Amino acid sequence: MNSLSKTSKQLIQLHVNGETHDAVVRSADTLLIALREQLGLTGAKRGCENGDCGACSVLINGKPSHSCLSLAVEVIDQPITTIEGLMDSPVSKAFVDNWAIQCGYCTPGFIVNCHSLITTHPDANDELIEEWLQSNICRCTGYEEIREAVHTLLASGQTENE
Amino acid sequence: MTNKVFTTVGKPEQRIDAVEKSTGKVRYVGDYSVPGLMHAKLVTSTQAHAKITSIDTTEAWKVPGVRAIVTGEVFPYHIGPILADRPPLAFEKVRYYGEPVAIIVADHEYQAKLATTKVKVEYDPLPIVNSVQQAFQADAPLVHENAGSYTKIISNVYPKTGTNIGSHIKIRKGNFEDEWENCEETITANYSFNLSDHVALETRSTRVEINPRGKVIVHSCSQSPFTIKKVLNQFFNVEVGNVLVHIPMIGGAFGGKGTVQLEPLAYLASKSVGGKLVKLEMDREEDMITSPCRVGLDATVQLGATKEGKLVAGKYTYLLDSGAYTDQAAGITRAAAIDCTGPYDIPNVWCDSYCVYTNHPFATSFRGYGHPELTFAVERTMDQLAKQLQIDPIQLRIINGIKPGHTTPTQTVLTANNIGDIEKCINRAKELIQWDEGQKMVSGKNKVRSKGISMFWKTSTTATNAEAGAILTFEADGSVNLNCAAIELGQGTKTILGQILAEKLGMGMDKIHVTMETNTQYDPHQWRTVASSSTFLAGRAVIAAADHAITQLKKTAATVLKCSPDDLDIGGGKVYLKPDPAFGVDIKEIALGYTYPSGHSIDGQVVGIGKHIQRHLTPMDEETGFGKPGPWWSVGVQAVEVEMDTRDFTYTILKGVTVLDGGTIINPKTAQQQMRGGMYMGLSYATSEKFIFDEHGVVQNTGLRNYPMLRYGEQPAQYLVDFIESPAADGPFGARGIGEYGVIGAPACLANSLSYALDVALNQLPLTPESIWEASRGSEE
Ligand code: FES
Ligand code: FES
Repeated sequence: MNSLSKTSKQLIQLHVNGETHDAVVRSADTLLIALREQLGLTGAKRGCENGDCGACSVLINGKPSHSCLSLAVEVIDQPITTIEGLMDSPVSKAFVDNWAIQCGYCTPGFIVNCHSLITTHPDANDELIEEWLQSNICRCTGYEEIREAVHTLLASGQTENE
Repeated sequence: MTNKVFTTVGKPEQRIDAVEKSTGKVRYVGDYSVPGLMHAKLVTSTQAHAKITSIDTTEAWKVPGVRAIVTGEVFPYHIGPILADRPPLAFEKVRYYGEPVAIIVADHEYQAKLATTKVKVEYDPLPIVNSVQQAFQADAPLVHENAGSYTKIISNVYPKTGTNIGSHIKIRKGNFEDEWENCEETITANYSFNLSDHVALETRSTRVEINPRGKVIVHSCSQSPFTIKKVLNQFFNVEVGNVLVHIPMIGGAFGGKGTVQLEPLAYLASKSVGGKLVKLEMDREEDMITSPCRVGLDATVQLGATKEGKLVAGKYTYLLDSGAYTDQAAGITRAAAIDCTGPYDIPNVWCDSYCVYTNHPFATSFRGYGHPELTFAVERTMDQLAKQLQIDPIQLRIINGIKPGHTTPTQTVLTANNIGDIEKCINRAKELIQWDEGQKMVSGKNKVRSKGISMFWKTSTTATNAEAGAILTFEADGSVNLNCAAIELGQGTKTILGQILAEKLGMGMDKIHVTMETNTQYDPHQWRTVASSSTFLAGRAVIAAADHAITQLKKTAATVLKCSPDDLDIGGGKVYLKPDPAFGVDIKEIALGYTYPSGHSIDGQVVGIGKHIQRHLTPMDEETGFGKPGPWWSVGVQAVEVEMDTRDFTYTILKGVTVLDGGTIINPKTAQQQMRGGMYMGLSYATSEKFIFDEHGVVQNTGLRNYPMLRYGEQPAQYLVDFIESPAADGPFGARGIGEYGVIGAPACLANSLSYALDVALNQLPLTPESIWEASRGSEE
């Protein structure tokens, strides 16, 4: 009668931060929802659920992606890294050391994105940094300290060290 | 105030929340879920002004998992922080596009969301009030038919039945009318901009349950936990002691989370399902328009001066677009009147500040509380007057800068203690922006660089009885727990309070444990975390609590060391003899009571209690505005240098400068964060941000894709921040508030620099290439 009552859930496996986890999802569930509600990985945030803010950024196959724009069932074969998988990363440290954190709500998304940026482009110039980081919004810092953090990382060559 | 060299105050101590935040492990309110948690979603109005003729929920009930549907007749009353004029759920009529009309409660969020699309609301459209100018006309449609009959929650609000005026605040100082006639130079100018949004990255979210004992347990991302208690008590008849509010760290607020909107809705939702735990979280689009936004403004400023540039008379008409309900816009109306002149000494002042109802989303506090708005109007006028007088804009500001001995528009007498040094600020800003190298220069083909400056001030308009408290308890290792209801929104308040305590106790920050969550049941009462008031109010409370703890520690130590408490000092984890610091007792030996080798124990644990309440503040006189609205004025100067392409009016911001006198700076790095972040916010607002309305009052840009903001790389290439530290005698270690200040002068100095670049008066925000182009076709400055 109602199309929704027929919506079935399925058991899938997600490969997150080097571990394989079971998750029961609807086909319409985004990766963001699955990570947060099924796996308890709440580091990726809901900022807009529309691909506009970057708060939900994770790495899918090493590439920064908006987890609010991927369906969980689409990524079952792909390695996923979330902020929780980047504990003690040089990027996190650089954000702390450069005062790039205020409310912290944008921080996981920025760190994930910056991590990918400096590993993919250890010699990124300002233009490239801008291109990458324009996908993330920070409403607190005004971006200056984030810029300083990225520059420190690139200058120190700490980019390979995971 | 003191010549003592501080050990922690004034040092860039690392924020105590930074490491945790860098790991993604901090749980914000929306990050919790438990099995059985129910989800609420709102049905919102598709019309900006209409009678509700029917609400049909038949189809919505058919969605599996739907457990309750709540509509306006469940609670047909009005609530509000200043004037109770807003029904939490619309009944009889809707007054803005996006207004909550019904709540669906379901097992899962997707079910609730689906059900919202199936509720059929029939409307009978009413004429739209789509601007403050229109609202002010005699025959304008009325947003509220009976504005004058609403309950006043605070005294300084003056709604008028039969008009769209939600409040009208007057300042009458000196004799404007006569003096204006005699002025040698006069100028009159108009300014305007639309409503816009806070866009805190964390959208508003709350969860509420009502347990079988009748306790209402609220978790929320609110700046005002004790106000939530008050609202549920005042309007919903829950005993105030039965409302327990928990606030974790917040993902940005900027004033937008200061008012109480979601919690009553979630309370009604929980009640509808027998008190079960219900979560209500706004989608971004709802957070932008259903939840309160930022005021719009139409302003007229008239300044009269001597030929030498000394200001004699000023008249200010502020029409604040408060949207459909007054909420905090009524307070902003008052704050804009209180500081209407900007930081200038003007003997004859006339101000009419109106809170105007329109059919726009309703507005609430936004960082700066009306001051970025009034500063834009005042500082643009100062620049235009300088041009008219052929005086350097900085010189004109110095001639008129407000100082100790002068009085404010509400006739508060200023002293060296209650106001910062504006002249020092402007001189420092002048150096940093390199003013003397020229205000404008050609920097390439079709490129010009130019500079603009603005001065600003603001008092902290708290309730006259605003207060804070702090409680200290000790651990067995001598370290200290600090409990205080100041909320961490990203501004670093918990770090600052920890530093104040560390300084008092002579301890390292590693020995101070500040509770990050606020819980109204065990934290002492605090007014709210708004108005840049926490460092001052909670800081004073922490100092008092530390003194209280020190007295107890010294008493026990005096018994142990067989001396008088007066012989003792505290520091380095010890209480020691002043003349012989090597001789003392460790705090850890006495903090939980001292036990003699015999086993006998004395004194018991140390619990430090401290509090502070505002002193000598008064409401304003209805006719003249006379009164003492705030404890002190922080002052500052901001400047920018821009480079503009004179063909297409695109521009980049090369340099941003902020110099603030906020008294003693407790932590220069968090202070710098606040100044840079504030300036970014002001520049983003001034360059890009506004809601766009169609002729039906419907907001056209309700998401982040079409609501432009400055993004990474668009911030000034250089952000320079400096502080002048004239201590406030009654502030903690001489500190005043600073949290909002970085935003205040930014729109004005940007508009001044761009106006100067083109020699065109740019008096509307935001300053997009298109709006600049339009202005440049019109009037020449
Ligand atoms: S939540 Fe995914 S981009 Fe905003
Ligand atoms: S730190 Fe708050 S949004 Fe970036």
